[in-house]
Amino acid sequence: MQFGVFSVSDITPDPTTGLAPTEAERLQAVLRIAEKTEEVGLDVFALGEHHNPPFMSSSPTTTLGYLAGRTERLQLSTATTLITTNDPVKIAEDYAMLQHVSGGRVDLTLGRGNTGPVYPWFGQDIRQGIPLAVENYALLRRLWDSDVVDWEGTFRTPLQGFTSTPRPLDGVAPFVWHGSIRSPEIAEQAAFYGDGYFGNHIFWPADHTRRMVDFYRRRFEHHGHGDADRAIVGLGGQVFVRKNSQDAVREFRPYFDNAPVYGHGPSLEDFTRETPLTVGSPQEVIDRTLGFRDYVGDYQRQLFLIDHAGLPLKTVLEQLDILGEEVVPVLRREFAARKPAHVPDAPTHESLVAARLAQEVTV
Amino acid sequence: MTTRTLAVVSAGLSSPSSTRLLADRLADATTAALRERGVEVRVEVVELREHARDLADHLVTGFPNAALRPVLDTVAGADGVIAVTPIFSASYSGLFKTFVDVLDRGALDGTPVLLGATAGTARHQLALDHAMRPLFSYLHAAVVPTAVFAASEDWGAGGVGSELGARIERAGAELAAAVAARPASGPADPFADVPDFTALLSR
Repeated sequence: MQFGVFSVSDITPDPTTGLAPTEAERLQAVLRIAEKTEEVGLDVFALGEHHNPPFMSSSPTTTLGYLAGRTERLQLSTATTLITTNDPVKIAEDYAMLQHVSGGRVDLTLGRGNTGPVYPWFGQDIRQGIPLAVENYALLRRLWDSDVVDWEGTFRTPLQGFTSTPRPLDGVAPFVWHGSIRSPEIAEQAAFYGDGYFGNHIFWPADHTRRMVDFYRRRFEHHGHGDADRAIVGLGGQVFVRKNSQDAVREFRPYFDNAPVYGHGPSLEDFTRETPLTVGSPQEVIDRTLGFRDYVGDYQRQLFLIDHAGLPLKTVLEQLDILGEEVVPVLRREFAARKPAHVPDAPTHESLVAARLAQEVTV
Repeated sequence: MTTRTLAVVSAGLSSPSSTRLLADRLADATTAALRERGVEVRVEVVELREHARDLADHLVTGFPNAALRPVLDTVAGADGVIAVTPIFSASYSGLFKTFVDVLDRGALDGTPVLLGATAGTARHQLALDHAMRPLFSYLHAAVVPTAVFAASEDWGAGGVGSELGARIERAGAELAAAVAARPASGPADPFADVPDFTALLSR
């Protein structure tokens, strides 16, 4: 099982000081967090894509390309890549490029994006969100899987005899996860292609995630990719951890109360009960996270959100130390002990290349 | 025989509340008219006051908490809805509108709905037709022709045979006819109508 962190790259004032980092400071902080993710022994760093303040990450492949050079084992991913408003041709090129630069250490999570004005800024219509995700991804797959593409669709200018370069590393496209909080159509899309499904698992109650993952698993089996329990599931999650539970709650509360997404609404206690947010000791985070398996089944990737809402870099790095030393080693052991042998690990470049070779041998 | 579910939404704030009083009388009239048609009825009352904080949380977080979720499911899965609000500042109350705002999309699509409103004086009664009706038209609800307004003075001259009593009877009969004419609706399932991906691809 893979463990990692994902960042939405928000620039938010620290509510305890009133001070916000500059764009430059926040960008450097995100780079430092990503490097630290590898240093403490986690597997994945995923970065969001936004095109409006207060977010700074508009161009994830630039950032991830730099990180590819600064790290050795870290899997580089996105959370999410906008399949609706990006040109699929540019996604095909950028991520194949990043695949080569990183030696295959890249996958991506596709999302539609829920910021209304981003659609018109990029010449699209938010009401076409699902059709855009469907058509653009169909083209993206063809660009990676076929050397020469003739294509015509609704949203983009046609292509005749087009070859997306560089070709995917070793002829194998990056693995794709599809992320959606509440649209079953996107879970259906992930199931149809046999791709991964990534549940946001931050903003909505566990029962909602359970239903979406269950639907994806059933449809994965329906579309002929194997038994439902072999489907590839990733989850988000949100933790704040200190040695003592009370210290974690006391320190995190002002960040929770003023958080851009859910602040000034439910209490920290209410939100902890209603959603997977866990604020407490390492053991509490371990117990809660192991419990995710009870409602989504054996899954392949767990990403934590730890660097948002104005939390200072120093605090975030301390969070990574605790995750790396006390939380993730136990989770690795415990999840592995529970996982049946036939449930696959998260696909990597190596496993996808091996699967392709095996397929060529049987054909 | 299938039992039909009637969701009764009351946005009254005081206790006891004349809004709830009107809602209960509309529910009784509808239930009686349905029973006359041989239709069994289960009435589910939703007091929005009890969910004021849940509704505010939903506005902020974007999802219904565990206390609010079953309430939304009840309304979305009902065979008929009675919606009653006090009139504040020339329109439905903010609490009432917040509830409408967080209903799942399509929750009242085609659902027979009976509208009611209360206020201190009869001068507010047009709010039923200039505010409530357009709101439920937007929701694609099947609003019955008679909507019932009760000012404070109506409760004095009220009772069986009074003008208010007659309006309540007529409105209840209309809602009962609309509910009985439709097949029973089940609980809402957001995964029931997801098209197969090949259909999505060929659109």
